[in-house]
Amino acid sequence: MNAPVNPKKLISGALGDWEVVIGLEVHAQVTSRAKLFSGASTAFGGAPNDHVSLVDAAMPGMLPVINAECIAQAVRTGLGLKAQINLRSVFDRKNYFYPDLPQGYQISQYKSPIVGEGEVTVDLPDGESIRVGIERLHLEQDAGKSIHDLSPTESFVDLNRSGVALMEIVSRPDMRSSDEAKAYVTKLRTILRYLGTCDGDMEKGNLRADVNVSVRRPGEPFGTRCEIKNVNSIRFIGQAIEYEARRQIAIIEDGGTIDQETRLFDAGKGETRSMRSKEEAHDYRYFPDPDLLPLEFDQVFVDGLAAALPELPDEKKVRFIGDYGLTPYDAGVLTAERETADYFEEIARGRDGKAAANWVINELFGRLNKEGKGIENSPVSADQLGAIVDLIGEKVISGKIAKDLFEIVWSEGGDPRELVETRGMKQVTDTGAIEAAVDQVIAANPDKAEQAKAKPTLAGWFVGQVMKATGGKAAPAAVNALVKQKLGIE
Amino acid sequence: MTDLTQLSLAEARDGLRAKDFTAVELTRAHVEAVAGARALNAYVLETPDQALAMAGASDERLAKGEGGPLEGLPLGIKDLFCTKDVRTTACSGILNDFTPAYESTVTTQLWRDGAVMLGKLNNDEFAMGSSNETSSFGPVVSPWRRDGSNAGADIEGTHLVPGGSSGGSAAAVAARLCLGATATDTGGSIRQPAAFTGTVGIKPTYGRCSRWGIVAFASSLDQAGPIARTVQDCAILLRSMAGHDPKDTTSADLAVPDYEAALGRGVKGLTIGIPKEYRIEGMPPEIGALWDQGRAWLEAAGAKVVEVSLPHTKYALPAYYIVAPAEASSNLARYDGVRYGLRVPGRDIAEMYENTRAEGFGREVKRRIMIGTYVLSAGYYDAYYVRAQRIRTLIKRDFEECYAAGVDAILTPATPSGAFGIGEKGSADPVEMYLNDVFTVTVNMAGLPGIAVPAGFDAQGLPLGLQLIGRPFDEETLFAAARVIEESAGPVTLPEPWWR
Repeated sequence: MNAPVNPKKLISGALGDWEVVIGLEVHAQVTSRAKLFSGASTAFGGAPNDHVSLVDAAMPGMLPVINAECIAQAVRTGLGLKAQINLRSVFDRKNYFYPDLPQGYQISQYKSPIVGEGEVTVDLPDGESIRVGIERLHLEQDAGKSIHDLSPTESFVDLNRSGVALMEIVSRPDMRSSDEAKAYVTKLRTILRYLGTCDGDMEKGNLRADVNVSVRRPGEPFGTRCEIKNVNSIRFIGQAIEYEARRQIAIIEDGGTIDQETRLFDAGKGETRSMRSKEEAHDYRYFPDPDLLPLEFDQVFVDGLAAALPELPDEKKVRFIGDYGLTPYDAGVLTAERETADYFEEIARGRDGKAAANWVINELFGRLNKEGKGIENSPVSADQLGAIVDLIGEKVISGKIAKDLFEIVWSEGGDPRELVETRGMKQVTDTGAIEAAVDQVIAANPDKAEQAKAKPTLAGWFVGQVMKATGGKAAPAAVNALVKQKLGIE
Repeated sequence: MTDLTQLSLAEARDGLRAKDFTAVELTRAHVEAVAGARALNAYVLETPDQALAMAGASDERLAKGEGGPLEGLPLGIKDLFCTKDVRTTACSGILNDFTPAYESTVTTQLWRDGAVMLGKLNNDEFAMGSSNETSSFGPVVSPWRRDGSNAGADIEGTHLVPGGSSGGSAAAVAARLCLGATATDTGGSIRQPAAFTGTVGIKPTYGRCSRWGIVAFASSLDQAGPIARTVQDCAILLRSMAGHDPKDTTSADLAVPDYEAALGRGVKGLTIGIPKEYRIEGMPPEIGALWDQGRAWLEAAGAKVVEVSLPHTKYALPAYYIVAPAEASSNLARYDGVRYGLRVPGRDIAEMYENTRAEGFGREVKRRIMIGTYVLSAGYYDAYYVRAQRIRTLIKRDFEECYAAGVDAILTPATPSGAFGIGEKGSADPVEMYLNDVFTVTVNMAGLPGIAVPAGFDAQGLPLGLQLIGRPFDEETLFAAARVIEESAGPVTLPEPWWR
């Protein structure tokens, strides 16, 4: 893509500016109960080799059978990426030897993937939006796991992951900074989680990326790229790109050239290092898997899945802005996770959307972050937080009291309306009672009352005293008005 | 009592039902025959105890009138079929003493229908061969001998091959070491050995039998089928072996007809095609004469015989020897010494792979793995594999056009010659051996059903077969037409058991 060069994104080398070009191959584990071609469980954990069928272990004479749910998940994902769905696709064998690859080949899709070109809109922190092209999405088997650190002389193999379905989502080289790449993966993860097609759990390796990085001087053709394999956190993706771009710039500025190669990211050292060169690259001898007929389905199948698709983050964001009057920023925050958006909307429906957003983003998120909890574990339910917002709106409590109430609900639970009654937190709106309190405070402080006539800012002090005297329950506006009236300030 | 091994499978079935003898008696007669025929090397594993136990259970079911279609009938099983708790090696050193924890779909269906397993039959290693000489257990000796050859079992140079790769199956059936046998056919491995041994063998349509649990050679070509002494016996066996299997997505979801009921249909009103391209250069006159004879028999039985053209035939053999090794090179990658079978240690993983595969695979298997790896590799894929697949499409189209023009079945010779001697062919030039499959590979390339049926003898008194090729999933017509040839040719007098 030859989008105009954004000078803000250039990297300064010793001899001038450089543009980094990034494309990503994201491997997302398909959410499904069984593996792509066998009935074995995909459950995480379990003793080594617990979830292994005869097919996964590549016993003689075993044959793969496509798991229809994995196909549906790939199609849903394709629809979520606004991509071309291919009604006919082909599974190929990618041949190479490795102990954790029992068949001696990975079943993948090479020339005819299930999903073709699509697009993801990515919002950047500075408010800018970019579009990242999707080249393709294909299904493939995961490999098992080789374990080298249990014995000095032997390696062990765990085939629990062997045959689990992965979606490889290949982007176009449309990203120009590590921030863009990070934002793209974040957005992709959000879409997958909304769709329920991948849980996006990067710690478990359920989402990981091969990162292709090259550099060029602005306006020049693409440089030679290096592929950094298997990076398993968004932060590391950013670090790997930064390191790799500077490494390449340094080489070129020193008069060298970049070798096309596969590299590894060492998270401990924060650097990439060579894994194998182009010459050492495998010849995978792809050919159509003769055990599997071409995968064919009709448009009716696709339309059925499309009709049942959930509202996706982009659409939801637009709707939140329109329906609830949110700022694009708040709408973006609230739609980043489907659970958060649902929680917010439960509160916002029939209430003041902005107030609901403030409470969810500022109070609830703040408290959740502090305790390292996710929204699904929030001690305060949407109903409870909704009631608190209602109590403020009805002027039963002030904003300040509401924060105390939130704390009580957070730590002790309970119905906010009952708590307001039983704990005497109700705002006093009875002007007679407030007036009596104002009179009392003025009577007790005649000097200050006198000074206040000359220095009206002292009224604030009186307001504070009245609030203190009423246990914070007096309606602040009424107190303000009465203090000024009684002191004769206008 | 007469020798129960002399009965055909159908006769044995009827005898059991009539309670003329028991399944245990029938099985014991075969167990003894097997034990007395080790010189033929047809069985690589005998399972007499299991056989007698299965027969005992069959007798109980027969007594209660609950017997299945194959109740109490002793069979031999090609060693390519995985059999639960019974060593399965594909006759390769690399599988060593591999004992599956599962049973192939085809054999599961045979046991479901009451059949009895006598043991595992020899074959070319991974079914790669046309003479059964590539087996890690050594060659199978054909029960047939050339006329005038009165040599005993210990005289070198006179033993003949039974064909391959299902050489053990064909030899065991011909030597009455079982009533019938399972076999597999990737390029002719059922039909060629059947033709060499005066037996009947059918390769059904691709997808008719499940491949699940059969050690894979070339997945898009492999197909299981029976070898037996009569067309009727094959029809009975195929009905039990065939059927849709959700565990094999290439298996066809079609009802299996009662093949036995189709035997008497005859060929009246059928159109039989004679493909002119099969009259190859250098074909022995006796093969041509046999073919003409077959044509005359079918015409006499009321068929209309027409000359047809299958113009891409000459490309079939070279294309086959690209497609089959390509798939094999990938299918055999799983034999790596990591999880089962042979492991020869090495300093690191690469050396362990190399040592294991160098020792575990025989010469012919290695040759095909290398050919397959070569034709799939970058830079050669389009020139070889893609072109071979294109040829395959054209071969298939040749047949489709022929059938669309009204041909019901095609008659060809089964092999370009009769059986040859052990060690006689292919040692200098493997292509000499590959040429054995010239009439049979087209059928696998097109996925069609083909049957080999005995039709006469060569000048040395060795059996020769004719092949009938049918429309997809129309095995019934093949059985009916093969039955006509079988009846016209008269019964095959099998060799006397000189090997005992």
